[in-house]
Amino acid sequence: MTTSDPRRFDASLRAQGLDPFAGVAARIAHVASAETRHERKLCKSLEDAIRASGLKNGMTISLHHGFREGDKTINMVVAKLAEMGFRDLTLAPSSLLSCNAPLIEHIKSGVIRRIYTSGMRGKLAEAISHGLMEEPIHVHSHGGRVHLMDRGELNVDVAFLGVSTSDPFGNANAVSGLSRCGSLGYAMVDAERARTVVLLAEAIVPFPNAPASIRHDQVDYVVQVAQIGDPAKISVGATRMTSNPRELLISRLAAEVVEHSGWFEEGFSLQTGSGASATAVTRFLEDRMVRKGIKASFALGGITGSIVDLHQKGLIGKLYDTQSFDSQAAESLRVNPGHIEISTNTYANPTSKGALSDWVDVVILSALEIDLDFNVNVITGSDGVMRGASGGHSDVAAGANLPIVVAPLIRSRIPTVVERVTTVVTPGETIGVLVTDHGVAVNPRRPDLDARLREAGLPVFPIEELHRRSLAITGAPQPIPFLDKIVGVIRYRDGTVADVVRQVAD
Amino acid sequence: MKLRRSMLFMPGSNAAMLSTAFVFKPDSVMFDLEDAVSLREKDAARMLTFHALRSGLYDGIETVVRINPLSSPFGMADLEAVVRAGVEVVRLPKTDSADDVHRLETEVERIERACGRAVGSTRLMAAIESASGVINAVSIASASKRLIGIALAAFDYVMDMQTERGDGTELYYARCAVLHAARCARIDAFDVVFPDVNDDAGFLKEVDLIRRLGFNGKSLINPRQIELLHNAYAPTVEEVDYARRVVAAAEQAETQGLGVIALNGKMIDAPIVEHARVVLRRAAAGGTRK
Repeated sequence: MTTSDPRRFDASLRAQGLDPFAGVAARIAHVASAETRHERKLCKSLEDAIRASGLKNGMTISLHHGFREGDKTINMVVAKLAEMGFRDLTLAPSSLLSCNAPLIEHIKSGVIRRIYTSGMRGKLAEAISHGLMEEPIHVHSHGGRVHLMDRGELNVDVAFLGVSTSDPFGNANAVSGLSRCGSLGYAMVDAERARTVVLLAEAIVPFPNAPASIRHDQVDYVVQVAQIGDPAKISVGATRMTSNPRELLISRLAAEVVEHSGWFEEGFSLQTGSGASATAVTRFLEDRMVRKGIKASFALGGITGSIVDLHQKGLIGKLYDTQSFDSQAAESLRVNPGHIEISTNTYANPTSKGALSDWVDVVILSALEIDLDFNVNVITGSDGVMRGASGGHSDVAAGANLPIVVAPLIRSRIPTVVERVTTVVTPGETIGVLVTDHGVAVNPRRPDLDARLREAGLPVFPIEELHRRSLAITGAPQPIPFLDKIVGVIRYRDGTVADVVRQVAD
Repeated sequence: MKLRRSMLFMPGSNAAMLSTAFVFKPDSVMFDLEDAVSLREKDAARMLTFHALRSGLYDGIETVVRINPLSSPFGMADLEAVVRAGVEVVRLPKTDSADDVHRLETEVERIERACGRAVGSTRLMAAIESASGVINAVSIASASKRLIGIALAAFDYVMDMQTERGDGTELYYARCAVLHAARCARIDAFDVVFPDVNDDAGFLKEVDLIRRLGFNGKSLINPRQIELLHNAYAPTVEEVDYARRVVAAAEQAETQGLGVIALNGKMIDAPIVEHARVVLRRAAAGGTRK
């Protein structure tokens, strides 16, 4: 039967909105041939893919930052959109870094009107902090980004997702091919939620491509591009052991805090993040785990090579990876069955049906500033300019049993412990301990922990004492001259406003 | 028991290090005004060191300043500044004879009287950096009651000896000579800097050697080496355990009026008991090996 048989339909059914069968391809055109069934998603060029996506002025686009400073997709897509004459777009990448400085021109020319991001650095952040945009940017956490999508504030019209390999049907990953960033945790969220999904694939491989971090049933278009990113630039902190004596001192002290915290037991779970100090903490924890015969059940978050080492030595059961922080982690995700790729929804969305961040025992977090109430700033520098990212900071701090902030008391001549942070990203009530090179401060909300660490002989001080000491060394810094204009809105993971960032005076 | 295992060197001109290096908790810290400071920065280094000494930040860590030789244009100004700032120990570089120490002591006493500091409260140490210094080590070590120790400094010494740093053979005589001189004078002895800060294994090998020879400690140029050094010098849990049993056996023998001490059927003589007491004091002051 190729068309409808009048005897098999009754006109009265039209009143119910029903139509007669009109041929298998009448409504599902792609089934007409093998070629359209299998290759209809393939676009000849990025421009073709953009046109096919139905993108219009004023819409919202999203991208992922899995390659961090090595990303080549965000700048490439926005440049193409500018060339094609798009305007007033909302740019909603999972985050922005120093490499995204070319966006400045596209903001000036009106291509980009609004930005949602986890953070920003470098010249772009400098320009926005100095009032480049008319509308303030929204800074969200990784989990908070998914929440904003699910509650309908951040509606992505078109997601442009860089993948190292995809088949023509849209089964894609970033653990095979040439430029591999490992986990596609951010992109998985967008693939599930965006109205239209365009894959930018470095290589088109034969169907079926597996594993499928992004599945064909989520993908509208696939286009091949020259290069999606440079994996050599993903690594933010070297995975080798730091040789900086101050970082080593802090890391060793942090490991001692973990050891005596009461949470260092068989089956504990941890997240260490990236950076030299975090890597060193991992190494110092390894010694203690071996010595005490303790194994961790899982590690979460950004996964580094040093965490992979522990997994491969049998010291950590599972690795839940929403972002691979170096090539060793990316390779481990490909080959180790216990290394599991997760979306940032699974990772940390506070209003999902369950976030892994709620199951973490110990997390090591960084800070640009921490204040007497333990509020943490990871966004603005001492000059008021944005130079960081919210990331998973507030997500895991809220979920973990023992959130530990590690930071030097003084960076060059800039104090880290301050009376009031310039910008609140993570509320102090979620922080357990601060570990500095000058000693440890326990949040007064955690008297149990304070007692345990003191009993273990660790150098525990009131945070006011550390503050006083930093002032004695550096003197009181001049207040930052801010203007009234708001350039950034810091969204807590539940969507509320934790703080605002104002324009810095020139 | 005053431990002098680690003496951390830092250039007196490095403000960032001066303001925070106490966090690494060396036993002693040595602010250098001499070879690590360029001619252009001599005055700045002296002023920074003066303020660091007066800041109170180094409370609990012995403060040492290496001044420029008194014969240089900077030595006397250095000495005036650091004695007045309350430095605990003045380190005299390139000490060739007891006369060098006598000259320094005379000037220190003059400054102490001038600024109202208790006479004798400024302690001294002498760095031996030449063949004549090594030959005169015995008279240098006993040249002043203010001396807390003597230190061998290898860089100039090996040049003077027309050799270079190697596996330690080149320092063999000097180490033994300096160590014996210090022990004759009942003062401390410090070993040379280990120059390769990235060679932990080599460093620990040298530490093991000088610890077994009997040195109190070592000069360090990187804070990372402090933990390694302290740990290598700490007695093991087993050693502490044995020392406790030795001391207990000795005390028991004494209460029972026995002249001979025995532990597990083995005779223990007085030096072993004394050594056991030293081990326990070391453990009390610096913990046990990890």
